[in-house]
Amino acid sequence: MTKTENVLRAIEEAGNTEDKLIEVLLKVQERSRENYITENQLEEISQELEIPLSKVYGVASFYSLLSTHRRGENVIQICNSGPCYVRGSRNVVNMFESALGIKMGEVTDDGKFSLEFTSCIGSCDVAPAAKINEEVCGNLDKKKIDEIINNIREGVK
Amino acid sequence: MVNLLSKLCGKISPLSIKEYKESGGFEGLEKAIFKMSPKEVIDEVKNSNLRGRGGAAFPTALKWNFVAMENSEDKFVICNADEGEPGTFKDKVLLDGCPFQVIEGMIIAAYAVGANKGYIYIRGEYPKSKEILISGVKILQEEGYLGNKILGKDFSFDIEIRSGAGAYVCGEETALIESIEGNPGRSRFKPPYPPNKGLWGKPTLVNNVETLANIPVILSIGSEEYKKYGTESSTGTKLLSVSGRVVNKGVYEIEFGTTLKEVVYDICEGMEEGKKIKFVQLGGSSGACLPESLLDTKLDFDELRKLEIGLGSGAVLVVDDSICVVDFVKNATKFFDHESCGKCTPCREGNKHIIKILDNLTNGEGTERDLKLLNEIAMVMKQASLCGLGQAAPTALLTTLKYFEDEYKNHIKYNCPAGTCSLKEGVAINV
Ligand SMILES: Cc1cc2nc3c(=O)[nH]c(=O)nc-3n(C[C@H](O)[C@H](O)[C@H](O)COP(=O)(O)O)c2cc1C
Ligand code: SF4
Ligand code: FES
Repeated sequence: MTKTENVLRAIEEAGNTEDKLIEVLLKVQERSRENYITENQLEEISQELEIPLSKVYGVASFYSLLSTHRRGENVIQICNSGPCYVRGSRNVVNMFESALGIKMGEVTDDGKFSLEFTSCIGSCDVAPAAKINEEVCGNLDKKKIDEIINNIREGVK
Repeated sequence: MVNLLSKLCGKISPLSIKEYKESGGFEGLEKAIFKMSPKEVIDEVKNSNLRGRGGAAFPTALKWNFVAMENSEDKFVICNADEGEPGTFKDKVLLDGCPFQVIEGMIIAAYAVGANKGYIYIRGEYPKSKEILISGVKILQEEGYLGNKILGKDFSFDIEIRSGAGAYVCGEETALIESIEGNPGRSRFKPPYPPNKGLWGKPTLVNNVETLANIPVILSIGSEEYKKYGTESSTGTKLLSVSGRVVNKGVYEIEFGTTLKEVVYDICEGMEEGKKIKFVQLGGSSGACLPESLLDTKLDFDELRKLEIGLGSGAVLVVDDSICVVDFVKNATKFFDHESCGKCTPCREGNKHIIKILDNLTNGEGTERDLKLLNEIAMVMKQASLCGLGQAAPTALLTTLKYFEDEYKNHIKYNCPAGTCSLKEGVAINV
């Protein structure tokens, strides 16, 4: 799918009124391999929805589920809100960082993974938790983290 | 524990309209639209004493009345399913377990206030719940519960699902409205309040998921029966989301009047092995931190008000003594700093200054003056912030300064009693 097709399809699905901007941005990002919205796409959305580019960019950068920077094919978001903090989210950060050899906010050289923080994802009963793409993984420990990373590397999921 | 609000969750298949009806579903709605006038519905809710479950505990019927009194062709009902308060995961139980009950509550609300269009604003972090809601709405449209002339009556109402995109502030009702309109979610100046001028400038009712799920129950069993649950000042039940260091974490429905001690030691079976309780944070990251000595406190709006605290969303985070209070509050403040929409100065700047000072404390560079400064900044934020985010952000700080002052003072003397922040026995180390 070309980039333009992606934008047009998202608008077709979400609707072309001004209030659908967030839904359109979410859909465009969903289809992107690197989980972000490119500058070109922001411009195309601005033209198609007749919304100033500054506002499209303003919305895209306001919401944390949306990104205007290239991310990994697999986005790992570690929760650092209260309940996860109390159950050791800092260790989870350290374990992911050393397993992947990158720091929070970075992308691995092969483009496969990126590491980010997220605020509470509503899985505090299984804290410490993280979101791996769309899936929530809870009760994280070293064994589970290694398993998650291996499964992705080996293409299990 | 009781089973009033959540009795169908996990018991019926969430998208089976047949099972929902066999379990008494839509009795409340049918009673409302066939036997009662909109005003009678509001009176019934008023008599139940229901208060909002989204955090502010505002009397539900009063808000409904504000919207009902407005003269406007278009009025909106919004279901606030943003559930962003850290430690809160109870709305998800209702949305996934019994979506029809929440939607039935919305339809009754729409009938009562005269609204013709509704939105469910669901947080982007719950993609599966969103799919369930989309299917649920479609089923109800096909069955004649949504759309034109609902159940053959001269009453039309339809619902659209909108997704959040990861912003805690969008749980605040005016920021939520901005977000539905397609804007960055920055809170509006109030007044005007949403019941007068909300979505696209029209009268708008915003209610929490759990509040709306109470409505069909109140109508079907009647407000008098409903009031038998809970206490005089706080009727009905509340869903608690319990997390932290207790044995059984999860969502529990309790009657108002239950004590925190009962929640921690009876319902959740106490602390994990080897863990000693230090405090309970009630109501999420924007809630108060209560020491063990206050665990006999009853969960009841009036009782809590005496302590100048609130129940918030009903989140109960149980924290053990391996956690350093100063570091805990710093972590909470970082959350608010990250989530602040940046529109007003006290919140945008205040959180940053608090973090800086708490950094001083955990680095062994804190002074007595810092404690005074923390209090001052917190008070300015509480009093001068534009919306609830900034007003409530320093609650954990203020309550820990009150109940754990010694621990802050210890940090000035280069000593972290818990030994888990970057300050250890007088030497600052990097964690
Ligand atoms: C920063 C902030 C976040 C909020 N988040 C939520 C939320 O996630 N869900 C919710 O129902 N209410 C939330 N509220 C409260 C809403 O503004 C509003 O009071 C509530 O939805 C009203 O519903 P109720 O009267 O049924 O409780 C939040 C308020 C603030 C200030
Ligand atoms: S208090 Fe914070 S979140 Fe609310 S309007 Fe001010 S800056 Fe925005
Ligand atoms: S605090 Fe991490 S999932 Fe809620």
